[in-house]
Amino acid sequence: MGRKLLLEHIHVPGINTLAVYREKGGYRAVEKALKTMSPEDVVEEVKKSGLRGRGGAGFPTGMKWSFLAKPEGVPRYLVCNGDESEPGTFKDRYLMNNIPHALIEGMIVSSYALGANTSYIYIRGEMMPQIRIIENAIQEAKAAGWLGKNILGTGYDLEIYVQPGGGAYICGEETALLESLEGKRGNPRIKPPFPAVAGLYGCPTVVNNVESIAATVPIVNDGGEEYAKIGIERSTGTKLISASGNLVKPGVYEIEMGLPVEEFIFSDEYCGGIANGKRLKAVVAGGSSVPILPANLITKTINGNPRLMTYESLADGGFVSGTAMGSGGFIAFDEDQCIVRNTWNYTRFYRHESCGQCSPCREGTGWMEKLLYKIESGNGSLADIDLLWDIQRRIEGNTICPLGDAAAWPVAAAIRHFRDEFEWHILNPGESQQRNYGLAHYADPLEPVTQ
Amino acid sequence: MLSVKENLIVEFSVELLNKFSDVVSRYPGDKQKSALLPILHLVQEEYGWLSVDAMDKVALFLNIQPIEVYEVATFYTMFLLQPQGKYLLEVCRTGPCCLVGAEKIMTHIENKLGVKEGEVTSDGLFSWRGVECLAACGFGPVLQIGPSYTFYENLTEESVDKLINELKDKAKSEA
Repeated sequence: MGRKLLLEHIHVPGINTLAVYREKGGYRAVEKALKTMSPEDVVEEVKKSGLRGRGGAGFPTGMKWSFLAKPEGVPRYLVCNGDESEPGTFKDRYLMNNIPHALIEGMIVSSYALGANTSYIYIRGEMMPQIRIIENAIQEAKAAGWLGKNILGTGYDLEIYVQPGGGAYICGEETALLESLEGKRGNPRIKPPFPAVAGLYGCPTVVNNVESIAATVPIVNDGGEEYAKIGIERSTGTKLISASGNLVKPGVYEIEMGLPVEEFIFSDEYCGGIANGKRLKAVVAGGSSVPILPANLITKTINGNPRLMTYESLADGGFVSGTAMGSGGFIAFDEDQCIVRNTWNYTRFYRHESCGQCSPCREGTGWMEKLLYKIESGNGSLADIDLLWDIQRRIEGNTICPLGDAAAWPVAAAIRHFRDEFEWHILNPGESQQRNYGLAHYADPLEPVTQ
Repeated sequence: MLSVKENLIVEFSVELLNKFSDVVSRYPGDKQKSALLPILHLVQEEYGWLSVDAMDKVALFLNIQPIEVYEVATFYTMFLLQPQGKYLLEVCRTGPCCLVGAEKIMTHIENKLGVKEGEVTSDGLFSWRGVECLAACGFGPVLQIGPSYTFYENLTEESVDKLINELKDKAKSEA
């Protein structure tokens, strides 16, 4: 059994309430940080822990915190990014829904470390039930003296507010999120200046993912060095993985970094293998924006080494034969799934969610969607594949925010690894329209593991 | 697109205005525009959608220009600029849900209700639409119903039938 730091008490009845959360040791980190540590000490522990941003970028959290500008007389803000909208990713919703106080405790510890007296939790609007759960947890915490003026008599004041989003994936990008929090369209800002210098209302701001903030609680409780002992190399600690698709047991799992991917997919402790006795065809390991890998490359790297659930191992081979940890949105495809249709679906998502600010993204995503639909429905030509390749290449790296890259990478990876399937659709239009995906031509899916 | 054909005249209740003021108090003194999204959610919860008149009154309340409200309301997909059925079924149609049958569920809802995406049933009870990822991929297919955004997971054609029948009964008992 892997060690659990965030979900250890997930199945305890009433863990969503302050009373039960306290019984299980909750709010010890607040007490320890505020009474025995300086804000700098907390930042130092987070640095020692090696914690990397759990929202997708994987940037070291402690380093991000240390970039925060601290001009005199200017408020600083902590903004929690709970705008979880990446297809395949649902860990933050699960955490907020079941253990809301883990986030509130992390918010207090993190706000203290950053010197913020007002913090916002931006939650995507569709998660209205979770918004109410978090608001309720804030009220409970405030009534018990963990929030408000002079917390625990330490002189530290903190208010936390929840901000509902309006249903826009782009608001998961930190500067778009800040625009939205200021009551505007979620158009990403050009960086620099980075939010650490000019963020919310032009003030120094840190934007962290829900899971990153919750992870500061065990880091303060046990110390950064203890946290860093879990995992491998620069992938320390535990990670929440949202598993979906054609799995026996989809759901949210907390893994220790370094778990072999094969064990995660096929062991009974985690996903339990591929549903309905089918073979594994492909996996998107870190949310829809990261490159899809065929089954043989997701379990082993190109060098034949076992692929591990770490930032480094998943990225081994770059985007040619590797992928990325991303947000931990792990989507498994069985042998019956159509890669072309799936790629069209994701491209439609990115076209729908593009804010429209940058032409390559605004025009390119729509163009790719049309071409993919044309191919999927049996009306494509072989030249369309090259055109798709060309368009995605012209989007990547040419936009203000990474949404353009997120739209381009799935198309590039699908063509790179499954070009034969695109060709099959074009050469067998009649069968395509009947949704016979013709997967017999695909040579190397993983056989189901017999336990 | 902004709806002008049913530009209903609305009067916000004192209770609603108090909720607006509560939201505004969350932000620094001169930053009340931050309250725009939460306030639009409150208005939509009350009226079911956002009419031009309602948006103009929100602008007046926040001391901003009406265009600032329109540009936000048209940007975010949750804000409805046309009246909908009493129950708007929003089905996730993104990749992971489609891997486990979301498209079949949408076709089933279309046939069951007898209206296309975006249309309202003749009794005014239902409308439906496909929406992009609802962050519940491991429990798909999923749908949600506003304004409380109640979630229904692991949908089957049978569970959808049951849900629609329950909503019809609920509407009858409330009538």
